[in-house]
Amino acid sequence: MQPLAKLLEAALFAASRPLTVEELASLEPETGESGVRAALAELRTVYGDEHGVELVEIAEGWQFLTRREYAETIERAQFALRPRRLSPAALETLAIIAYRQPVGRLEVDEIRGVDSGAVMDKLVERGLIEVVTRGEGLGRPLLYGTTPPFLEILGLKDLEDLPRLEELSVALRRPTPVDEPE
Amino acid sequence: MDSVVTSPIMREQSGFVVELEKFSGPLDLLLHLIREDEVDITDLPIAKIADQFLSVISDLGLNQAADYLEMAARLLRIKAQMLLPRRLGDDEWEDPRAELVRRLLEYQQIRELVDWLGRAAEVRAERFGRGYEAPPPDAPPAPLQIDLNDLLAAAERVIALIPEPMLHRVVPRPLDVEGATARIQALLEERETFGWVEAVGPQATLVDVLSTFIALLELAKRSSLTLSQPEPFGPMVITRATTREAA
Repeated sequence: MQPLAKLLEAALFAASRPLTVEELASLEPETGESGVRAALAELRTVYGDEHGVELVEIAEGWQFLTRREYAETIERAQFALRPRRLSPAALETLAIIAYRQPVGRLEVDEIRGVDSGAVMDKLVERGLIEVVTRGEGLGRPLLYGTTPPFLEILGLKDLEDLPRLEELSVALRRPTPVDEPE
Repeated sequence: MDSVVTSPIMREQSGFVVELEKFSGPLDLLLHLIREDEVDITDLPIAKIADQFLSVISDLGLNQAADYLEMAARLLRIKAQMLLPRRLGDDEWEDPRAELVRRLLEYQQIRELVDWLGRAAEVRAERFGRGYEAPPPDAPPAPLQIDLNDLLAAAERVIALIPEPMLHRVVPRPLDVEGATARIQALLEERETFGWVEAVGPQATLVDVLSTFIALLELAKRSSLTLSQPEPFGPMVITRATTREAA
């Protein structure tokens, strides 16, 4: 392994969150991001199959994560615990915000058909969404967007990892007018 | 708002169990009904769906949930609009269901994303990152290092900040309810009826008035006497009760 790869290995081991290429490049300013990327690729190969952990690209950065097949055993021993599951209401709200961001509370309420204030407050508290800007119009409403921890808990590289709306079985479209009522 | 109703209720006419807590809102419930009926979402049999929706939310006593009620009202309005006569070949006619169908499709799409996100979160939760830590216990306070002079100086500073206490002398003026009760009972013995002025006595102090009033109320409660006031703001009349219990 080249020295840079070893350095990155140490840094990623020491950090408890995903580190971006930019952050990793700051370890040795003269290498540059392309050098870091090459070293990451090498590191990823090293951790290919022979290890209990693997190098994962997640939340716009890189992180060592344990392999899925050990989840149950590790959890049974209580060395680490799975995070709490998100409620359907929280997931609905996250889905809307992820696709419509920046989006205001009113629009979320409108799409869900229920008041979403409390759910959104909780998501802000958990750091999964944040106020990104203010909208035009009456009262300049707060507009929300998703955060890196949102990508992290879903194991996404970036927002591009979300399914495209065209790929869903229900494509959003104007319904064709109906000629006759029933 | 998430629904709060817990008990599942069998619906006889359709024979399936609707458990409202698993719905995240009226749109979710509507989609469920539409799927159960296997109808085309773009050609909603609005009358049927509206009736089912109403019966579910009334069965489940959900009348408190404003979001469901709002949807119920919307469904009924669409149902009414569908019944309005319109001319054949009227190109201007706009399907009153269009807006609802658009929202339902949009919501259905969100539900699909919710499934996707839920699966993604579950897969991610099966891999642990570095640095898992249980929340740390509260650290004990740092040991205090201080000598006697510091302590005395601090005590003086604190004492200097204490304002002069404002003292009020509070004179106890107990109500004499027993005395007033005895006086009224004596009056009741000799007279069938008498007025407030006699009951309270001459040159009554505030304490006398209060004591007498409480005594009167107490005796009235025990049915020893009745209180009446013949005219608004007029003097109170005290009358011996006809069937008197031994007081």
